Order: sequence, then structure tokens, then C-alpha cells
Amino acid sequence: MVDVVLPESLRGVEPVRSVRIPARLEYRYTPGAASSRFLRGIAEKRILGERCSVCQKVYVPPRGACPTDGVPTAEQVELAHAGTVVSFCVVNVAFYGQEMEIPYVTANIRLDGSDLPIMHLIQECPADEVRIGMRVEAVWVDDADLGPTLESIRWFRPTGEPDADVDIPGEGVGTGLGSWVGGTAPGEGP
Amino acid sequence: MKRDVAVISFAQSAHVRAVDSENEVEMLMPVVGDVLGAIDMTMDDIGFTCSGSTDYLAGQAFSFVMILDGVGPWPPIQESHVEMDGAWALYEAWVKLQLGEIDTALVYCCARASAGDLPMVLTRQLDPYTAGPLWPDSISLAALQARALIDAGKATEADMAEVAARSRRAALDNPVAQLAWDRPAGELLTEDHLVAPLRRHDCPPISDGVAAVALAAGDAAGDRCRRPAWISGIDHRVEPIHLGLRDLTESRSTRLAAERAGVHDGPLDVAELHAPFTHQELILRDALGLDATTAVNPSGGALAANPMMTAGLVRIGEVASHIHDGTANRGVAHATSGPCLQQNLVCVLEGDGAGGRRR
Repeated sequence: MVDVVLPESLRGVEPVRSVRIPARLEYRYTPGAASSRFLRGIAEKRILGERCSVCQKVYVPPRGACPTDGVPTAEQVELAHAGTVVSFCVVNVAFYGQEMEIPYVTANIRLDGSDLPIMHLIQECPADEVRIGMRVEAVWVDDADLGPTLESIRWFRPTGEPDADVDIPGEGVGTGLGSWVGGTAPGEGP
Repeated sequence: MKRDVAVISFAQSAHVRAVDSENEVEMLMPVVGDVLGAIDMTMDDIGFTCSGSTDYLAGQAFSFVMILDGVGPWPPIQESHVEMDGAWALYEAWVKLQLGEIDTALVYCCARASAGDLPMVLTRQLDPYTAGPLWPDSISLAALQARALIDAGKATEADMAEVAARSRRAALDNPVAQLAWDRPAGELLTEDHLVAPLRRHDCPPISDGVAAVALAAGDAAGDRCRRPAWISGIDHRVEPIHLGLRDLTESRSTRLAAERAGVHDGPLDVAELHAPFTHQELILRDALGLDATTAVNPSGGALAANPMMTAGLVRIGEVASHIHDGTANRGVAHATSGPCLQQNLVCVLEGDGAGGRRR
């Protein structure tokens, strides 16, 4: 073995405690066939889900496959621009790059006619009034600004309709996720 | 005691420079359909699913979770993922099968290198403090290794050109190959260097592609496959991340893995080596102790198509296919990961009656 000896010039100097090494890589995103159909629809102010031919569930945004059956979802279904809040969170923490004024609400919204919620913002009502079951509708950007991006929907706002009943995703499938509703955590029992 | 586990099916996509119209899920679904359909199985027959891929190719965090949709993972299935080539996913599935809880497994892997600048993306697997910040691209690092090999007197540029000529000629018979041609080695040597001493023909293509393998243990293998490709030995070893700590002119990890996998316990009809660069095949042949009786890379190897995180599993699948169709009785597959053959997996596959299998 060779003895490792620190050169004279490096003895007694302040030790390096951290280094900052920026790295940047550029990527080209390929949405694929199903997501391309969805994004082209959004640019025309239409929301297109896709139905599984086996279990009949409608997915939006579609990725091209049914996660239950592992088969392609080929049938397109045009969805309503309104839906129900199935979960939400109030963002109270400021972070770098934030565009919204805090507090604001990010929600999982299940559009009428679909079986999977999309994530979007809730605006035009106080954050502390957002609740599971609240009925909301899409607020689109001006027609001239429409493009193949979910940002073509500015946010969702309350419709004022009565609250809807909400089936919690996963409830009844045996994962225990649904048992959080009503204040009972999984494993706590009734 | 080891449980007998076999590769019972293999499928892969055509490998191309860039898949433009499909996402990873859409790329994967037909291949999973092929690998299970060939043995009349569905996901309901699979006890464990394991995949190999890397977020650095996709440029997306947890990209494998989205790809999982392609196999229908809901309600929840037993599933795992390695941030590595699918050959290591196969290793995890093999270990899981050894536990005896399940009898079948699906292994798949997916690559879309075209999303980014691959030689730059691969710099991210280097030591992040001293090597990574220099962004040494993968071709330049391979060239350093080739230079060391030539300087040590272990190979010449002509030897490397022979590997390129033989591999691309073999690839003419591989319907999913991306790069195939028939040109004499002497002609190749008249071309300019890309990164000396490497010429373009010494380097692999950049590929998008998908592969999948089905595994079964014991009697479950024979039920579905007329001639299972039994895994008689499998082992993988890794060398230090710092290139300066390694002798780049040999592959000690391959040599050790080969010993542990029992490569030398019998004659080898075929070898599929994951050697992305021509000089690496020469290093691997030496480490595995291959002689002229073994057909090396009849598929064209990684020089014909090199889908990242996939080309290693393809090697196992190719050897298994030779055993399935009876054109080989015993073969070795090799997979590599990391710069300059840093980590290596060796898998020995045998047909019934090859003699090496212990029951």
C-alpha cells in the first residue's frame, strides 16, 4: 500500500464542507398516441377521455392503457367540463417558482362521465370553503390562447350546485385507503 | 438448495433510433402481450413482476410507475423495479422465485434513449464529485478503455474492426436489429476516427426498444414451454466507480461472476455478450474464457441495437430462444452496466439433458 500524504500547500487549510455542482439535461417529451389525442382535444376546448373495453372505466388524461386490465383504451369519450372535488389540499407554503398567491387549493376533480380524477386548481372561492363533494367547472383561457396543454384550463370554480356524493378511489378494493373517511385510520378498526 | 428456474418465453420490439408516436406504456403493451401470449398465459398467471428502466432516460421522476400501467397493476400486484438493465430485474425475480412463494414471474424493461442526449445522460452515473462535473461522455470513456487495451498489446484496431464487421453481418439475420450491413473489416479501417481509437463502427447505435421475459420454476416451466431454458447459474459483480481504480483492459467482475455462475461446467454452444463497443467484446471473451467452439452474438449483439436498460435482458432472451428452438443446448448470456464494463451479470442457460443442471 502507498501512504497517502497531504501536500504541504493543503495542510491547515479550511476543509471543504460542501460543493455546489449544477447539472442540466434537456429532454424531448413524447406524449404518445393517447395523450396526443387528449392534448389536441384540449386545444379545441374539448376534454377527451378513453374507455377500457374490458372494465368500461373512462380514464382522463388517457395514457393509452387501462391499469386494471393492461389493454389499450381506444374508444374516445368526450367529457363534461364540470366535475366533483374528490380530494384537495390547501397550499400555505411559498416556494421558488410559485405562480399562485397563497393560500390556494389544488384538488383532484373527477369530471362527470370519467372514473379517474384530474389534478387542477380551485379558484374564485375562499380556500377554506373547498370541500370533498363540491361541484366545480372549468374556467378556460381565452380562445386565442388555447393550446395543447392543461394550462388551457385556467382553473376550476364552484358551480353553486348542491354537493355530490363521493366514492373514494380505492374504497371497496381492500387497500384500506377508503377507511380514512370518517376519521378512522387503516388498522384502527371501527 | 437452488430451485430450478427457467426462461419460458421472450419477446422484444423492433429497436429503432427514435419512437416518435408512442409513449412507454404504448411501446410496452404489445411486447407483454407477445411474451405471455406465446405461452398462453395472462397477467393473472404471473406471481411477481419486475421491471428495469431509469428515470434519467425518460427525464421524469418515477417514470416506471407510469409504465406499469401497461401490465394492468390494479388491484395491486406483487411488483418491483430496478433502476438498472432488465437483466438485473430478472436477477431479482430469480431470487424471488428461490423463496418458493411463487412459481412464475414477468420481467420487462423499456428504453427511450431518444428523449435526451444519451452520451451526456450517461455521465450522471459517474462519481458525482470528481468525475461527473467534467461531463465525460460515454464514447470518450470507452475510447480511453480501448486505448488502454491497445497500449497493453491486447488488441488492435483491426481486431476491433473484425468484431464490428462480424456483428453487423450477423445482424442482417436479426429482424429487430437497428444496424446491419455487410462490409469487410479492411474497408472499415480506412475511415476516420470518431473519438480515437474508436471509429463510428466501433460504437453502438442509440436505440429505443422494449423487451420482456417470462420465468417459471419447477414443473410450472414444463407446463408452458416445450423446452425451457433453465438458469443453471446466475451471478453479478461490480467494480469501483472510480475508473482510475480499475484495470480497464480486463473485466475482473465478469471473470468472477462467470466462475460463480458455472460458465466452465460444460461446453457453450452460444454466447450473447452485452458489449456496446467492439473492444469490450474482446475483453469479455477473455474474461469468459470463450474459444472458437462458441458462437458469439449471432444476434449482432449490442452493436446491432443497444436499447439502454434493455440490451442486457435481450442477451438472456436471445440465448433462451436458441435453447427453446433446439439450436443450442447450453449458452451464456452477459449484461453490463456503468461506464467501461463497471458492473457485469453472467447467466448460464441450459436445455433439458445438457448435464449441468442439478435437481
